[in-house]
Amino acid sequence: MLEHIELWQSQVMELKEAFGESILEVRMPRDFPVDVPVIYLEKKHLLEVLRFLKERECRYSFLSDITATDEQEEGLPWRFEVVYQLFSQISKLRIRIKVRVAEGETVPTSVPLWAGANWAEREVYDMFGIVFEGHPDLRRILMDQRWVGHPLRKDYALKGFQIFTDSQSIDPSWLK
Amino acid sequence: MKVVDWSKEDPDDLWGNASDERILVNIGPTHPAMHGALRMVAELQGETIEKSYCEFGFTHRAKEKLGENRTYHNFIVYTDRLNYCSALINNVVYAMSVEKLMGIELPERCIWIRMICCELARITDHLICIGINAVDLGAFSFFLYGFHQREEAYTLIEKLCGARLTTSYTRIGGLMADAPEGFEQELQAWVVKTLAVIEEMDRLLSNNKIWKKRTVGVGVFDKEDCIQYSFSGPNARAAGIDFDLRRDQPCMFYREVDFEVPILKNGDVYDRYRIRFEEMKQSLQILQQCASRMKKGPIWCEDKRVRIPDKDVVHNTMEGMIYHFKFFMQGFEVPEGEAYTQFEAANGELGFYIVSKGRAQAHRMRIRGPSFWHYQGLSRMIQGEKIADMVAALGSINIIAGELDR
Repeated sequence: MLEHIELWQSQVMELKEAFGESILEVRMPRDFPVDVPVIYLEKKHLLEVLRFLKERECRYSFLSDITATDEQEEGLPWRFEVVYQLFSQISKLRIRIKVRVAEGETVPTSVPLWAGANWAEREVYDMFGIVFEGHPDLRRILMDQRWVGHPLRKDYALKGFQIFTDSQSIDPSWLK
Repeated sequence: MKVVDWSKEDPDDLWGNASDERILVNIGPTHPAMHGALRMVAELQGETIEKSYCEFGFTHRAKEKLGENRTYHNFIVYTDRLNYCSALINNVVYAMSVEKLMGIELPERCIWIRMICCELARITDHLICIGINAVDLGAFSFFLYGFHQREEAYTLIEKLCGARLTTSYTRIGGLMADAPEGFEQELQAWVVKTLAVIEEMDRLLSNNKIWKKRTVGVGVFDKEDCIQYSFSGPNARAAGIDFDLRRDQPCMFYREVDFEVPILKNGDVYDRYRIRFEEMKQSLQILQQCASRMKKGPIWCEDKRVRIPDKDVVHNTMEGMIYHFKFFMQGFEVPEGEAYTQFEAANGELGFYIVSKGRAQAHRMRIRGPSFWHYQGLSRMIQGEKIADMVAALGSINIIAGELDR
């Protein structure tokens, strides 16, 4: 892992030159218990940074995953971290982008960059209730549309039922 | 019997394509051609799919939530039920991801056995994928050839861990049990037999005229689409993306074994079928090398934190008993940190993203299953195709509901 650190460092430098202050924090594997560099961004520049990473030389063009974590703690100004896992098929390296959001805050959608982000963002919405701004079709994906609550939040009750006696009906407006 | 007046009807328009009527068709979630509880709603013009959407989540078992509320050891059994066609790969990747967080080094024999597990599981998964794909299109006997060999593979797996389907074979820092005496020879014999069967299957179907008509040029998903939809594994390689995590981000001993990464370029159903054949041949090669290079030795790491105490100690000493109880009831603590561990599973990139806050349970257990991303591409893949080709396309991308719904 450590042999890649110089390459990662130059990529992070490049990113810092291009975006400066919108990069809030960088955690490198040498100094923090992380396996790849983790870059914390300000959310308003998220799309530009992702596009930069996707299209510049480093070519982090493969979106491995979009997910979120619930960091519910007293006194923090944010609650969730939305996590983007990127992989470069050129340099065979990975990098992780994170955006911190408070409850009720929105995150810009990355569907314009990757069509596949559609379902991943829907899952984050379903599980955490984070709304993606500009998403073409933001609705629940794993749970029923009538479900109440967001199961992967830390304050979601572990026991309980929500029973639906009929199946979800077909909605022609979802066709595309 | 209804008598058709051919003078009034258009004789070429058997299915009423000329009429402008669009119908809405619901397929699944319990339709036999849908490979598990998947649902698709399609708008048809005649037989052509104009628009569609997919729905899933019918087998959602809250695995990620369970991962946050079970100890790391307890979560092993849940990983079997992700991709149940290749349960061993899930076990191995999960164990690897926790070991990565804890910084555990494994002994050589353990790694070789894990590699054997991965490749065996990959072959069983590919055999079921191409077999079922052929069954859906009407080639039943082809499927039985593969199914027999798959049963033999399960017998081998049973010798390793006593279970055929839901294996739970790996432990954090080791394996449930060592491979039995003579396992290498049995594996070698199986490899020779399987190679012959695969070649026979190849001769049976690959050049069949009907099969080719049903699959060549059907469900095309090209390179750009694959990147857009994060396709990985055989489905991406069938479209010409040179991407295999066993070679690109090697773990275990994949750096030391010889194998090629087959690449095809059309990205249709036929290429996705062909690439699985080629990959099985490569996997057999890897298996042969593993079996010949495997040596006797320990299968557990030295690390005391994760070591399950021997039964002898548990039953005969007080300390052993207490330790055993604490190990299974409280679990071991994993140091603070986060890691994303990926591996080339049978269908593509399988990843575990674990965030630990230093407790015996994970803070976040994210499972990145390849089927989730592949199923998303289906609507685009079948747009403008015939409804019968949807079945071919769905079978060829090998959606496993357990991994999709988690």
